[in-house]
Amino acid sequence: MSGNGQAKLTAKDFATDQDVRWCPGCGDYSILAQVQRSFPEILGIKKENIVWISGIGCSSRFPYYMDTYGIHGIHGRAPAIATGVKVSRPDLSVWVATGDGDLLSIGGNHFIHTCRKNVDLKILLFNNRIYGLTKGQYSPTSEQGKVTKTTPYGSVDYPFNPIALALGSDATFVARTLDRDPKHLQAMIKRAAEHKGTAFIEIFQNCVIYNDGAFDKFTDKTTKDDNLLVLEHGKPLIFGKNKDKGIKLDGTKPVIVNLNENGNSINDVLVHNEFDQSLILSIMLSRLTDDPNMPTPIGVFRQVFKPTYDESIENQINLVKAKKGVGDLEKVLFSGNTWEVN
Amino acid sequence: MIKEKEIRNIIEVTVRFAGDSGDGMQLTGSQFSDTTAVLGNDLSTLPDYPAEIRAPSGTVYGVSGFQLHFGSKDVHTPGDRPDVLVAMNPAAIKKNLAELKPGAIIIADTDSFDTKNLRLAKYENNPLEDKTLEGFQVFPVPISSLTFKALENNPLGQKEKSRCKNFFALGLMYWLYNRPLDQTLNWIRMKFKKDPDVIDANEKALQAGYNYGEITELFTTRYNVEPAKLPSGTYRSISGNEATALGFLAASVKSGLPLFLGSYPITPATEILQYLSYYKEFGVKTLQAEDEIAGVSSAIGAAFAGSLAITTTSGPGLALKTEAIGLALITELPLVIIDVQRGGPSTGLPTKTEQSDLLQALYGRHGESPLAVLAASTPSDCFYMAIEASRIAVKYMTPVILLTDGYLANGSEPWQIPHVNELPEIPVKFRIEKEGFAPYLRDSNLSRPWVKPGTPGLEHRIGGLEKANISGTVSYDPDNHDLMVKLREKKIKNIANDIPDLEVDGEEEGELLVVGWGGTYGSIKEAVGNVRNLGYKVSQAHFKYLNPFPKNTEQVLNRFKKILIPEINLGQLAKIIRNEFLLPVIQFNVVRGLPLRTSDIEAKIIETLGGNNVR
Repeated sequence: MSGNGQAKLTAKDFATDQDVRWCPGCGDYSILAQVQRSFPEILGIKKENIVWISGIGCSSRFPYYMDTYGIHGIHGRAPAIATGVKVSRPDLSVWVATGDGDLLSIGGNHFIHTCRKNVDLKILLFNNRIYGLTKGQYSPTSEQGKVTKTTPYGSVDYPFNPIALALGSDATFVARTLDRDPKHLQAMIKRAAEHKGTAFIEIFQNCVIYNDGAFDKFTDKTTKDDNLLVLEHGKPLIFGKNKDKGIKLDGTKPVIVNLNENGNSINDVLVHNEFDQSLILSIMLSRLTDDPNMPTPIGVFRQVFKPTYDESIENQINLVKAKKGVGDLEKVLFSGNTWEVN
Repeated sequence: MIKEKEIRNIIEVTVRFAGDSGDGMQLTGSQFSDTTAVLGNDLSTLPDYPAEIRAPSGTVYGVSGFQLHFGSKDVHTPGDRPDVLVAMNPAAIKKNLAELKPGAIIIADTDSFDTKNLRLAKYENNPLEDKTLEGFQVFPVPISSLTFKALENNPLGQKEKSRCKNFFALGLMYWLYNRPLDQTLNWIRMKFKKDPDVIDANEKALQAGYNYGEITELFTTRYNVEPAKLPSGTYRSISGNEATALGFLAASVKSGLPLFLGSYPITPATEILQYLSYYKEFGVKTLQAEDEIAGVSSAIGAAFAGSLAITTTSGPGLALKTEAIGLALITELPLVIIDVQRGGPSTGLPTKTEQSDLLQALYGRHGESPLAVLAASTPSDCFYMAIEASRIAVKYMTPVILLTDGYLANGSEPWQIPHVNELPEIPVKFRIEKEGFAPYLRDSNLSRPWVKPGTPGLEHRIGGLEKANISGTVSYDPDNHDLMVKLREKKIKNIANDIPDLEVDGEEEGELLVVGWGGTYGSIKEAVGNVRNLGYKVSQAHFKYLNPFPKNTEQVLNRFKKILIPEINLGQLAKIIRNEFLLPVIQFNVVRGLPLRTSDIEAKIIETLGGNNVR
């Protein structure tokens, strides 16, 4: 079936004839499935107008499995390649599939500048906190002390906090979700698709071979409620099995309050505002993850709106054309200091 | 009483303006060039400036120079050794003296020869007063104080007035070489139209310099250079970088493809990005990326999206782009990479010229990774080679490296402007037919189809992993890899059927062929011409296509007993010619960061001929 809008697309329309070659049990399968399921739901989407760009790593095989346009690029450069596609053709919907090594290590520079420029790209970070395709070395998101093949005595590196990095780089849409929460993952993909500007989603993704269980405490039924803080716009920041714990500010420090104790009430709890122009709350939320006593937020940390890089370039061109008229090469060649030789 | 001055006609002259980086020598030189060009002389220029923007004033390493060679005959080089040096300070003399022709004219601003400047230039005694300048015709002129005097009634401050002294020097040179002031006067009025005091000051300084020549008894002779016999037409003066930018603009118009430039500023290539960023009315999109790699990567994305995609850089940047160029190569996307070569390795000599990236361009990638390599031969040739590089890239779905260099980039020459309808068309056909489509189908040129995203039914993926022939799916099959490696090689080799033959200037066969490539064209042309005038038999052939070579290359080379290859490197073309054609070649290599001296090439030619072979 073609994507010309004559019939409603299904998840199957986005699958290619290529065998998917991730390890059995890899979190990438779920991400692929949720993308393929959510795409038909995105308003006005046409297969032929979608481009997937990736770098290198397990996650970066993603374009081969999506029946859209796509480039499997080189290590770390997906945001730069994607920027070229989008600037050249603002009419296309351009997506980046990347991993923690690809985006935050070798590609860190391109990532922060893409965010800074607000290029209208959707960036899906498959964060498994490990180098999988090279068989198990620590990554820039691996926790300190992690024992891997290149850190036999434990990693001494401090990890990046991808959400804080994206916020600090002025990404206009910043969210986190989980490979094992299909509904939430789909919701985030749709939100990103609808956002105009750099949309960044960190997806906690389980590497079944080299870092299995890294996110179990967020996905295991017995522990997830106490460890996950689900962000929803306009809702108080509460979590726990019995929804009895909340986040409030003590000065500038976030603290957990038990709603059943000491006369605490829901009114003391911070209310999430995705659209807050100030970065203060979203940065604070992003940093909860770094504190082992605090829950890890998922959902949309922040969404703000400003002109995108690609549309600003287009607008400038249109302005100049309106002012000067469409370019005349003959005129340009014969301009400046010319003289005649007879 | 003012004595009538003698006017002497001369055929050609080489002038060098030199002073502090902040003295405006580049401006003075380019103004003199523009005026000279409009008068109808043929000319060639060589700006020669330090990598530092404003090195400490008065020091030798802060000296900025602008050399100009003009004549009533064809001029192919900026000149070996200046006949005239305008020295704005002692350091300018220190830096340039050894380069001057014996008996050269030196016009020196005596006001700047104070104790401090002499010390900074590391002169123990004033060279204007001891025997340092013996054998030269020295004209000591108090340029600074004469400028202040001319601007007595101008309200500008001392510092601003001091900035006008280069116009005094320019006025004096206009008088000496019998050139009118109007070109520069117009320029001053345009440039400073918001500041009448600055216009007044610069005009007065210029006029005062001219008048000084007229009234001083210092100068008894002035010179006249008749117009050259150039083909009739409309001309403008053009530098290599400007020509490159215009060439890609023209390629965009002639192909109907929107132009996309992804780039990162790097000397001496930056100006191409600057020029192209102005042409928004043509829909040109310029992206100043976060680094060299993003520059080329964004261009690859733009090529996939259907643009005429280019990236501009110099040697160090080409090294950084290497991996991405491999991606463009295996994905078989059209991309032009412009390398404005500079002195290397590493940061090397950022503002100087060199030809040392040829091997990098040809082989500087991992894997078997052939691509087309072209080189421009003169500043204005950059225009045509930019169009040609674009044509080859889109026709053969391949990256193309276009080599220019620091000399071509900054040097300028008169250019007979072509009309748009005289420029070659660049036909482009995007695939839209769904029937029978596969991403790596090949046409008779072995090129795969170019499909714009947004075309329904032709969704496909390409990438850096080896692709199965025709279907384009990922393939690790050994035989397929062998096939693809050979197909990619053959595709590039076939371009030889689509480019002009190698031409021989002079006899078609004989004792000696001098072979060059790229920016040394002018030096070799002039040297070969001069040696022929002495009665020697020698021919010239010049490569603008380095991969593939023109298909008659072997035949041409075999018709000569000896082949001499002058290069501004240690013999990179020589190495390839030896390897490709198993021919012994004689090398001539000088790597000074400057164009080859015509006289040095002449001496080498005569030495190679052993003094024999006179016609």
